[in-house]
Amino acid sequence: MAHAATQGGHHAHDHEHDHESLKTFGFWIFLITDCILFGSLFATYMVLHQNTNGGPTPEELFKMPGIIAETFILLTSSFTSGLAVLGMHKGNMKQLIGWLAVTVLLGASFVGLELMEFINMVNHEGATISTSAFLSAFYALVGTHGLHVSVGLIWMVGLMLQLKRRGITAVTKRKVAVISLYWHFLDVVWIFVFTVVYLMGVM
Amino acid sequence: MLDKIKQFASEFFVTGDPLILGAQVSIGLSMIAMIFVLSYFRKWGWLWREWLTSVDHKRIGIMYIICSIMMLFRGGVDALLMRLQLAMPNSQFLQAEHYNQIFTTHGVIMILFMAMPLMFGLFNIVVPLQIGARDVAYPFLNSLSFWMFFWGAMLFNVSFVIGGSPDAGWLSYPPLSELSHSPGVGQNFYIWGIQISGIGSLATGINFIVTILKMRAPGMKLMKMPMFTWSVFSSCIMIIFAFPILTVTLALLFLDRFLGAHFFTLDGGGNPMMYINLIWMWGHPEVYIVVIPAFGIFSEIVSTFSKKKLFGYKSMVFAMLIISLLSFFTWAHHFFTMGSGADVNAFFAISTMLIAIPTGAKVFNWLFTMFRGKIRFSTPMMWTIAFIPCFVIGGMTGVLLSVAPADFQFHNSYFLIAHFHQVLIGGVAFGYFAGLYYWWPKMFGFKLNEHLGKWAFWTWNIGFYVCFMPQYFLGLDGMTRRTYTYDFDMGWGPLNLVSTVGGFLMGVGFIFQVWQIAHSIKFREPDVTGDPWDGRTLEWSIPSPAPIYNFAVLPEVNEADAWWEQKQKQSLSAKQPAKIVYEPIHMPKNSSIPFLMSALWFFAGFGFVFNWMWLTIPALIGVAITMIARSFSYDTDYYIPADEVKRTEAALKGAKV
Ligand code: HEM
Ligand SMILES: [Cu+2]
Repeated sequence: MAHAATQGGHHAHDHEHDHESLKTFGFWIFLITDCILFGSLFATYMVLHQNTNGGPTPEELFKMPGIIAETFILLTSSFTSGLAVLGMHKGNMKQLIGWLAVTVLLGASFVGLELMEFINMVNHEGATISTSAFLSAFYALVGTHGLHVSVGLIWMVGLMLQLKRRGITAVTKRKVAVISLYWHFLDVVWIFVFTVVYLMGVM
Repeated sequence: MLDKIKQFASEFFVTGDPLILGAQVSIGLSMIAMIFVLSYFRKWGWLWREWLTSVDHKRIGIMYIICSIMMLFRGGVDALLMRLQLAMPNSQFLQAEHYNQIFTTHGVIMILFMAMPLMFGLFNIVVPLQIGARDVAYPFLNSLSFWMFFWGAMLFNVSFVIGGSPDAGWLSYPPLSELSHSPGVGQNFYIWGIQISGIGSLATGINFIVTILKMRAPGMKLMKMPMFTWSVFSSCIMIIFAFPILTVTLALLFLDRFLGAHFFTLDGGGNPMMYINLIWMWGHPEVYIVVIPAFGIFSEIVSTFSKKKLFGYKSMVFAMLIISLLSFFTWAHHFFTMGSGADVNAFFAISTMLIAIPTGAKVFNWLFTMFRGKIRFSTPMMWTIAFIPCFVIGGMTGVLLSVAPADFQFHNSYFLIAHFHQVLIGGVAFGYFAGLYYWWPKMFGFKLNEHLGKWAFWTWNIGFYVCFMPQYFLGLDGMTRRTYTYDFDMGWGPLNLVSTVGGFLMGVGFIFQVWQIAHSIKFREPDVTGDPWDGRTLEWSIPSPAPIYNFAVLPEVNEADAWWEQKQKQSLSAKQPAKIVYEPIHMPKNSSIPFLMSALWFFAGFGFVFNWMWLTIPALIGVAITMIARSFSYDTDYYIPADEVKRTEAALKGAKV
């Protein structure tokens, strides 16, 4: 950091750069903590998934077509969020916002489908969180993932507004990079949910 | 209508106990007094601008420390009430239920609301100064962490007068903590008070990891970092791995209580043992999280007050990292007796004993550092020396407990109580006291009175042994923990009486400390050197208290004891240092969002406690709004112009000579 004070402008700019990369780095560490959080929920699920307490079992509950559709939607949204980042690197605002909007739409349909799935389970099978330990663990794990996605949606909409207002700057660039990181992370978690909860549940 | 209100009030406020009434009256009176004083001296604006919204790590550190000293008082009063109850056989002083509440709140407050914030306070004050940084990596997040801790602790504390305290022990084992056994609101206070402050702790962990990795002064390689900074780093690594587990555990317990889920219940397929595994996967690292920084403090103090480089720097670092790692593989030693089987118990017994090896290495390194050093017996050094025998005894009894078959004998007896207080008081509390005495001049610009400090030191130490040594024997005589009363014919009376006397002696020690602080403020003798102990690390190279930007010019570092090295060089060469060129300094702006957001969390938690969704939902929406407001604010920093830095430095230097 041996810059001359006379170049105030340049110096300030450099500093900003530093700060933004610092924030991205911190976000990586946050993701580690989130991994542990999900890890604990997965462990809980593994311990409890056979304790159905006479209530419905995974085989009876899970409707795979819907789940597979959800999975495709989420995977696609991860891809589109990547396209948004590409657009940003090209400095193409239209592409950036457009692909973010697509990502939001896909994410919202994922959450919508998941909610429908939950509502169906409760209404038709009487499978609530208090039915059995298995269902408690199921709703806690899948619900936490869904909550993460929902938070991501609000966040992304907020970010689109900021992008409209401020354009592509060092700060908004970092924010887009961070949210796409978050989005990919949720995708990876979902792959685990899909495998551990749904696939292993119906097998 | 009136009847309804009366009925509500009688459920809402805890009444019917003279102790609680006394507490309510004194809380009320001190609130009124505080409001009066602040209004009379027109200090509200000052309080808000200079402190509550501050993002300066030094101020945040001081606020942490003030809160933690108040919590030490509260937890200490709890402890003395318990000791009073146990002083005599068949005592009628506290009822069983009340006793349960007191040991629960005592344990929670001491560990989560006394030790943790005292630790975070020292992190905040020392780490950026030691590594030559202008601030922590995320000043805003830092302030948020503090306020989350503060409001979480408040939520836990109001349980005493509103609704009733938790009474299922400091780790709230189910089924005791389930709705079936604790239908009141006490457990809800436990869950939300800890959850809210726990989020703050997690954020602090992330913040300091990044600070240490990314904000070090040029030239300070990892292996040239001061030992306290290393200890903070190890502690924060444990925080980021352990605290998410706590978050999940509390959330699941809440779902059990709030939505009738079956994670840990006895019916519905739940598994209480899973809670016990989960909570100790956090709980065991937690005790290392609080003790490792104390090791860092001792390392700094031993080397400063022996005027020698720390012996075995690399092995110290290595030992700390090993301890952090091992701490995650020992959790089951807390329930050897709960049927995990011989293989599992053997694994955890061995991993526990392994921790003694790196710990022993550290103790020898401290001793070797002192060996042939020019030792000065100032208060920080005295606490450090007192720590060593205390921790050695505590460590040995710990190894005894880690022998699984023996633990079947000691389990949940007073032997255990004596052991963990020995390491928690001797290691953590003494360690942080030492740190507080050591860095006090850096925080406030004057030393604490040594004479009163020695009184405090001796009363605490003698009191400690008088209080806890008898408990080992009580444990061997079969007295179990959480016993609230016992019969004459058990023969436990005399030892218990001695123990209580010791407890009160520690109380006297605390009074000496408060007196010491008051006295030293009144008769303050300013320290103009900025380096009153002839220190070795960078925090002593700047004036005390440090200016807002810490370092006018970022230092260059070549050695672990950077400031010591610089002092040696300066005394060798008579040359004046080259003329300093100041640059504008980039600083974060204060923000009211952390305070507001955490206060809203408090209300959301309070709503959850009483199942008042009309309060929780708006409060959570408020939390979301504050987050969005932060995300949308771009004008969050400013530059201190070079001239101003120059003027400040000149003023500080002027005071120096
Ligand atoms: C200052 C002097 C202290 C005294 C006289 C004292 C005394 C006691 C007593 C009488 C109990 C209850 C034993 C029982 O009936 O089970 C207890 C429990 C406990 N204390 Fe202390 N204590 C002190 C300081 C501390 C400190 C500094 C810490 C932690 C940093 C601490 C942590 C705990 C914990 C975790 C428990 C267990 C609570 C439970 O059973 O759930 N204590 N203490
Ligand atoms: Cu342990």
